[in-house]
Amino acid sequence: MPPRVIAVRSRALAAMAVALFASVASAQNSNSTMDEIARYRQMLQEGNPAELLIARGEELWKTPRGPNNASLEKCDLGLGPGVIKGAYARLPRYFADADQVLDFEGRLVYCMVTLQGFARADVVKSPFSGTGQRQTDIESITTYVVDQSRGMKIDVPQEHPKEKAAFERGRYLFYMRGGPYDFACSTCHGADNQRIRLQDLPNFEETEAARLAFAQWPAYRVSQGALRTMQWRINDCFRQQRFPEPVFVSQATIDLITFLGVRANGGTMDSPSIKR
Amino acid sequence: MMKRSRTLLAGAVLIVSFGGCATSSSAPPTEQETLAVIRAGFRDRGIATVDRLNQTELQATCSKYHNNPPQDVRAHLEKAALATVKYPGDGKWLGDFKQGERIAQTGVGLQWTDTAATVNGGNCYACHRLSKEEIAFGNIGPSLYHYGKTRGTSDETLRYTWGKIWNTHAYKACSQMPRFGDAGILTEGQIKDVMALLLDPNSPVNK
Repeated sequence: MPPRVIAVRSRALAAMAVALFASVASAQNSNSTMDEIARYRQMLQEGNPAELLIARGEELWKTPRGPNNASLEKCDLGLGPGVIKGAYARLPRYFADADQVLDFEGRLVYCMVTLQGFARADVVKSPFSGTGQRQTDIESITTYVVDQSRGMKIDVPQEHPKEKAAFERGRYLFYMRGGPYDFACSTCHGADNQRIRLQDLPNFEETEAARLAFAQWPAYRVSQGALRTMQWRINDCFRQQRFPEPVFVSQATIDLITFLGVRANGGTMDSPSIKR
Repeated sequence: MMKRSRTLLAGAVLIVSFGGCATSSSAPPTEQETLAVIRAGFRDRGIATVDRLNQTELQATCSKYHNNPPQDVRAHLEKAALATVKYPGDGKWLGDFKQGERIAQTGVGLQWTDTAATVNGGNCYACHRLSKEEIAFGNIGPSLYHYGKTRGTSDETLRYTWGKIWNTHAYKACSQMPRFGDAGILTEGQIKDVMALLLDPNSPVNK
């Protein structure tokens, strides 16, 4: 779809958002507010601009690039070189060649460095697009790959000792209170039916909520007009948590994603989804 | 018999050494190892520096017990928290409820996108219902609608409410609420304004 169509579609979505918030403001009780929000989300899901990024991601995956003039088609996401179908739903996992547990974005960086010859520092420098900017290569490729796991069961492995260790460290970080607000992940994501303002917060101690939440990332964020990845989701949570900035694809972020993913095992991938 | 024991012994040695090997590679990470990985995973950005990962005793204890500490630990934390509360120097408890409403509405401050000059908000509505008019309120904390109307403004209520805002752990160890006074999030003047929002009879909270 050409960019003009995207712009028109974004404006239509924005108009729907305005209409929704007007009706929210007039809603008399929280039940009808929640119904309106559910209706809004349904409207959004019917026209997901993330579809446009899938094609760009596929091209980036298949085109020879970098100092080695190589494509990513030999990248092993855990199911063998070049196998993309269902790969995202089984990440993070342990990779013997890297001797560490990697999430999808961490594995993508590894492949861009080892196969294509890019310098790691360049690859990890600006992984997330800014407001109004073109989506980054990492965001585009992630969209292409996660789409190939839609409808598949989340199955984050816990066999290798390093996968178990990643889960344990991730759990520790999830409950670790710090910073000037004393917040941990669990402050917002450790009880049922919690909200910040009107935003529902998934409880990662509860299996079904964890499955639904994990399954929907990466997601297209209408309010930002951009596809956002799981690493971005973690980054923006820590900003609001008043923590220092997590380093992109650091072991700590991968550990946390491992913890969330294992909690979500058995859920069904539904990404890229579309959110407010 | 003798020979058999030796074989058994050799077998036992083998099991022990295999067991030892398995233990060292599959044992859960120690707290020290975990903290080292976490520290390496964050960096300074603007005002949000990595020293924020250095936990206070309260933060470490509440994390360890997943916010549900045993009774003796709870009592210790509450006593220590109460000792941090600084009551208003001029004896005036209530400021301007209109300012208090503004502080309750904004959550700005202390993020890496803010600066040291940012005037912090209290972000009360993120977690609490306050006025009747604002329907976009969170529910992590209890509803505070009609807070003053139901409690009045006795000295006891004023002291309790001030202490709760200053350092919530004085009354409920490992509460999820930030320590607005003790952690320097809000100034004494801002806390007076939030007190007025809660307790002034003319505040929208009490209408």
